[in-house]
Amino acid sequence: MSSILQVKQLHKQFDQLKAVNGVSFEVDEGMCLGLLGPNGAGKTTTVEMLEAIKTPDKGSIQYRGAPLNEEFRNNAGIMFQSTALQDFITVRESLELFQQLYPKVSDLEQLIQDCALGDFLYQETAKLSGGQRQRVLLAIALVNDPDIIFLDEPTTGLDPQARHNFWQLIHKIKQKNKTIVLTTHYMDEAYELCDKIIIMDHGEIISQGSPRDLLSEHFNDVVIKLQKSDDLESKLMSLEKQRCSMSITRHESWVEMQTSDVNQAVKQLLAAEISLSSMQIRERTLDDLFLELTGKELRT
Amino acid sequence: MRWQRFISILKARDREFVRDRSALAWNILFPLLIILGFAYAFTGDQLDQYKVGVIHQPENDEISFYSTQYIHFIDINELERTTAIDKVKRHQLDMLLDVDEKRYWINDSSPSGYMLEKVLAGSGGEGYQKQRVQGEQVRYVDWLIPGILGMNMMFSALFGVGYVVVRYRKNGVLKRLKATPLSALEFLSAQVVSRLWLIMAITSVVFIGCDLLIGFSMAGSYLNLFLVYALGAFSMISMGLIVAARVKSEEMAGGLLNMMSWPMMFLSGVWFSLEGLHPWVQKLALLFPLTHITQAARVIMLDGAGFLVILPNLAALLVMSVIFLLLGVLLFRWE
Repeated sequence: MSSILQVKQLHKQFDQLKAVNGVSFEVDEGMCLGLLGPNGAGKTTTVEMLEAIKTPDKGSIQYRGAPLNEEFRNNAGIMFQSTALQDFITVRESLELFQQLYPKVSDLEQLIQDCALGDFLYQETAKLSGGQRQRVLLAIALVNDPDIIFLDEPTTGLDPQARHNFWQLIHKIKQKNKTIVLTTHYMDEAYELCDKIIIMDHGEIISQGSPRDLLSEHFNDVVIKLQKSDDLESKLMSLEKQRCSMSITRHESWVEMQTSDVNQAVKQLLAAEISLSSMQIRERTLDDLFLELTGKELRT
Repeated sequence: MRWQRFISILKARDREFVRDRSALAWNILFPLLIILGFAYAFTGDQLDQYKVGVIHQPENDEISFYSTQYIHFIDINELERTTAIDKVKRHQLDMLLDVDEKRYWINDSSPSGYMLEKVLAGSGGEGYQKQRVQGEQVRYVDWLIPGILGMNMMFSALFGVGYVVVRYRKNGVLKRLKATPLSALEFLSAQVVSRLWLIMAITSVVFIGCDLLIGFSMAGSYLNLFLVYALGAFSMISMGLIVAARVKSEEMAGGLLNMMSWPMMFLSGVWFSLEGLHPWVQKLALLFPLTHITQAARVIMLDGAGFLVILPNLAALLVMSVIFLLLGVLLFRWE
């Protein structure tokens, strides 16, 4: 698979803050790359440099082997984290406006159908709901039939249903072999959509790879989850005093136990007379990975 | 209303305002500068109520009229006699006196002229010969309309471009456009042309509407008038682009645009003639596009002046347009 974007040693500083500090990676054609990190990790600054909106202090970005140029602008689709559209114009007029800015364009009617804009095509953009608005902004990012699409936290603030609808749209785009660079702090979104993820913190890459590879590389266990009850804590303490095969993490209303041997763990819990009526077993997630790598929750 | 929410919003808004130091500074400095400017322009001799042009100044106080308070006596060169008479016609001068010939000119429709005539008669000027200004009487409204049209253009041009582009920058519209192949020049040109034709269309409607409703003097060429207003609007739109170039805060933009528009509104001869103002203020006024628009439009509409007469005004507007446009384009940043 050939590389569409090559990023080498990017640096960006704002006053005393090193927002991006020596970031390098490659994006393969047709891939969906996820940039993950908590607020302030440097992912938006990184993606804005990739979009040629911000200029790096140091480092280089190449699109198809050349510096970011007019060809890149013509072939890139961009959806910012927050964008206002001009007041008092309708969805269709907005699409037409942006379409007229590019030499190569998508079929507008097909785009309207793909992004499900038909019901509010003649509404003013200022009067749209959050989900509708994100779909319009995605459609605007696609008006030039781009071969690389940047989506900066596209589902932030959307309700679960709107998020899932949006994911379906992104799956459709992926089917057309488009390259996607997605920033998000939703782990389930990254897991659902991305072929490769880059985890950033403090402006640096702390890990990168496919979600499955990263999880299997860092974990070989599962998590047993129990709801807290009145006597659970005392029973867990006595369990911990014995030779216990699990590591136990306490949360506000539940307890998680990480183990590589579920059968053994369940036997130990039953022996300690702990009720398993609320028990859930789950695989490791990217949230766990982030916690493992940085020692903090992703969504802070 | 929930007061807690109200106070939270109020506090947040106050903080936002106070922390925008440039806007805060302008909000304090702007009224201060306006007050100081007007204090300078209208203090001392400039408080005079009446303006009298004098040809051949008296060598001594031969009549007490010349020592009357609150009259501003303006020395008129013999060569400017015709122009001065025209100014009496247009109420820019309340009276014109020729000391050697013992003659005075007043406009019969001018209340100020009537008062001055009475004062002159009672203060040693009984023997002076009255000269009525001949020709069509110019109402104040006729005199006012060319400037009002220009002033309307000024607000539309400055705020319609300056303020709007700053709002686009603030809410991210410019950032989104920057991500497209659109160039800054294309964007700015579109803003200028869009605003220019809108202003010309609106001015035409106002012009026709005023003529239908009250009727006014239009002695000169419509083409010349179109040239003056089109070039004038272009220069003021270009002026607005300078504000639009970098400013990120709407409050800062508002402050700057007010700082540009208010002095122009009062010192470009829209509401009153500049004759009575301090010579420095008159010179300063020549730096404002609105002064040239008002002067040129007024001589076209009232005196039927031709292209050669308004050429200096057109040249000034053209030079200003080029300077403002270059500055606006060179300084422009999307973010």
